[in-house]
Amino acid sequence: MESESEAKVDGETASDSESRAESAPLPVSADDTPEVLNRALSNLSSRWKNWWVRGILTLAMIAFFFIIIYLGPMVLMIIVMCVQIKCFHEIITIGYNVYHSYDLPWFRTLSWYFLLCVNYFFYGETVTDYFFTLVQREEPLRILSKYHRFISFTLYLIGFCMFVLSLVKKHYRLQFYMFGWTHVTLLIVVTQSHLVIHNLFEGMIWFIVPISCVICNDIMAYMFGFFFGRTPLIKLSPKKTWEGFIGGFFATVVFGLLLSYVMSGYRCFVCPVEYNNDTNSFTVDCEPSDLFRLQEYNIPGVIQSVIGWKTVRMYPFQIHSIALSTFASLIGPFGGFFASGFKRAFKIKDFANTIPGHGGIMDRFDCQYLMATFVNVYIASFIRGPNPSKLIQQFLTLRPDQQLHIFNTLRSHLIDKGMLTSATEDE
Amino acid sequence: MLELRYRGSCPSPGEAVSPPPREGEAAGGDHETESTSDKETDIDDRYGDLDSRTDSDIPEIPASSDRTPEILKKALSGLSSRWKNWWIRGILTLTMISLFFLIIYMGSFMLMLLVLGIQVKCFHEIITIGYRVYHSYDLPWFRTLSWYFLLCVNYFFYGETVADYFATFVQREEQLQFLIRYHRFISFALYLAGFCMFVLSLVKKHYRLQFYMFAWTHVTLLITVTQSHLVIQNLFEGMIWFLVPISSVICNDITAYLFGFFFGRTPLIKLSPKKTWEGFIGGFFSTVVFGFIAAYVLSKYQYFVCPVEYRSDVNSFVTECEPSELFQLQTYSLPPFLKAVLRQERVSLYPFQIHSIALSTFASLIGPFGGFFASGFKRAFKIKDFANTIPGHGGIMDRFDCQYLMATFVHVYITSFIRGPNPSKVLQQLLVLQPEQQLNIYKTLKIHLIEKGILQPALKV
Repeated sequence: MESESEAKVDGETASDSESRAESAPLPVSADDTPEVLNRALSNLSSRWKNWWVRGILTLAMIAFFFIIIYLGPMVLMIIVMCVQIKCFHEIITIGYNVYHSYDLPWFRTLSWYFLLCVNYFFYGETVTDYFFTLVQREEPLRILSKYHRFISFTLYLIGFCMFVLSLVKKHYRLQFYMFGWTHVTLLIVVTQSHLVIHNLFEGMIWFIVPISCVICNDIMAYMFGFFFGRTPLIKLSPKKTWEGFIGGFFATVVFGLLLSYVMSGYRCFVCPVEYNNDTNSFTVDCEPSDLFRLQEYNIPGVIQSVIGWKTVRMYPFQIHSIALSTFASLIGPFGGFFASGFKRAFKIKDFANTIPGHGGIMDRFDCQYLMATFVNVYIASFIRGPNPSKLIQQFLTLRPDQQLHIFNTLRSHLIDKGMLTSATEDE
Repeated sequence: MLELRYRGSCPSPGEAVSPPPREGEAAGGDHETESTSDKETDIDDRYGDLDSRTDSDIPEIPASSDRTPEILKKALSGLSSRWKNWWIRGILTLTMISLFFLIIYMGSFMLMLLVLGIQVKCFHEIITIGYRVYHSYDLPWFRTLSWYFLLCVNYFFYGETVADYFATFVQREEQLQFLIRYHRFISFALYLAGFCMFVLSLVKKHYRLQFYMFAWTHVTLLITVTQSHLVIQNLFEGMIWFLVPISSVICNDITAYLFGFFFGRTPLIKLSPKKTWEGFIGGFFSTVVFGFIAAYVLSKYQYFVCPVEYRSDVNSFVTECEPSELFQLQTYSLPPFLKAVLRQERVSLYPFQIHSIALSTFASLIGPFGGFFASGFKRAFKIKDFANTIPGHGGIMDRFDCQYLMATFVHVYITSFIRGPNPSKVLQQLLVLQPEQQLNIYKTLKIHLIEKGILQPALKV
């Protein structure tokens, strides 16, 4: 990948650091492939062996994904949390390796502490919204949720003060670097994973379709590139080609359309996840919204002649899925390029060696991050308005005169719109 | 940064080169030996074609060029150097405080502009330090991208605030309606454009530098922009929530300095050798007293106490209201030991003064950690001051380093203990819902209000 000269100029001059692990390149993949696979594939040539390892692991991961979906939202949430922790761990470990900062005082503790704080803050905000009734019942939970921001801020401050107190004379810059590194990692990893969980609560389809589109784009672009690839796409990732990019785009859009058609039929995917007080578990049961009811669309003249149909029955969600797949294929890869640039910048081949043939968890999830944010913004902007139950909660905490004022304004608004008539007021 | 130049040009390892002492560094006795602390800069600086740059004459962060105006210099030419420095600092302090009062007089809108101006300047200062640390003046696109990201994040935050407070104004204009409704999407698209430009601008030999600057920009944005918006949100709550915290921090700075100057003996923390325990504790008590008095004085005036509102008829900001209970005098019975001291049974206080004790306590105990953080940062990157904007004081960041934690604390304090959600925001969100949802909510609210007796059921309106 990098020219030899760049690897050389990275060498240290200080003698004590030479006794430690050299800075570049960071240790390359020790072979983690299980023995079973190794034996089974021992006859094939190295290139095909690699292909088969990747293929088998891909299928294993996809199967795992299906199992988790089957197990339900709670397990999904836990998996998202674990993926987040592992990604954080991978990126922080790279930071330690880059800066040789294993024995900075306190630093590992502080990084994990900050991870805990930020997760506590985000989970507190989500939990309060969705588990509202549960929280109101239990006294300690109620206090925790009422003063949630203050408690989170205090916890963060404690970490901040510990950081300041832990600054050691000869290591100031290193410590600031690691502090910055930790915070940027938190920004990327933790916020996105919480957006993923928000999307999940909207309805599992909003979680499954975007992730599948990104995975499909990965695989399709690879296939198209493998069979038809000729023109390089970007200097950062020499293996990507324009043929793969465009082929992947069309394949992903078609895949998204088909997948949303299949999934929109089932309530368990389409309904928002709710926490049921009585059964103390998550339920997905509702009247599907307009998005998920078949409607007739007139096909524009151009396509009519091609397909020979006048109208088509589609779910409106499929139109949205086109937007999601387009984003996944056109902008999602930029997340991958960013990660490639990052790996080149710090001279690592993969983020870690967790998955044989694929690298670390971050390697699989680098394209997903932008996708999660996009889906969340998309939902907030185009699909749903504010959450009605949350609004009622906020309303109930206002002062009586404010409540009255809002009530009257709402009333006049509804009367204006014709939803209410003065006569129906006195039921 | 001198050390880096020597490192670069001397290929043989382990050659000990002692840097010439830098002016102003000697104060703390903090001569870091360079071998361990600059190790990572070797990684940075030996990257790509930077070797050629280490020989060139790029200045390290320049020691304070003297920017004191000529007038002052002439007036003070008679005094010795130490007193001259003292007088310059004093005069500039008074100038800044008068400027502060002037802007307060001119109103909330000017204050918002001032906060925005300070934010931009702080961002500029920190980014400039980043450029110098990494010698990255001519990275392709990078300066443009940093300012672009600043613009995006500001647009996002101002859009969120503006939509809340200018609701009536916004409802009138058609284009603004569109911008507000899709605000998050537009902000995200703008940010994405910047992100993609960054990825496309990655140049082979400068990957690491570019990632560093990207991260540096984002951390700076996180610190300066979010805090400045919290300051503006506090301001909208009522100017007193803006004035009392900021004055407490300034007072703590000044009184801790004075106490340390006259009584200081025991050093407080290795990071800032000039701080002493006497200054710290003396500053704490004086700040609490000061906050208490300032709160008492300011609580009387509607101008300071009322939330800032935008009135569409007058097309300006007004601060007029019925002061809430926080700002109405109440009598408290004194606990016994204070009774003996003050020889009074009761005392009339504004409840806000109790809150001001909490604010001043935070300003004196935790605020200085922001200052230590900035000191550590300056030592880490071997700069004396963030910039030379203010003679005798350094850059804007030097003055505002303690303020940042304060702004966040005040905001969290207000949302947790003082007010509930913002009524106009709740109303705004209600109006955006689907009509059926609005109807449902209306019915739920009606039942609730009737239960509470706020609404009379038989009332024909």
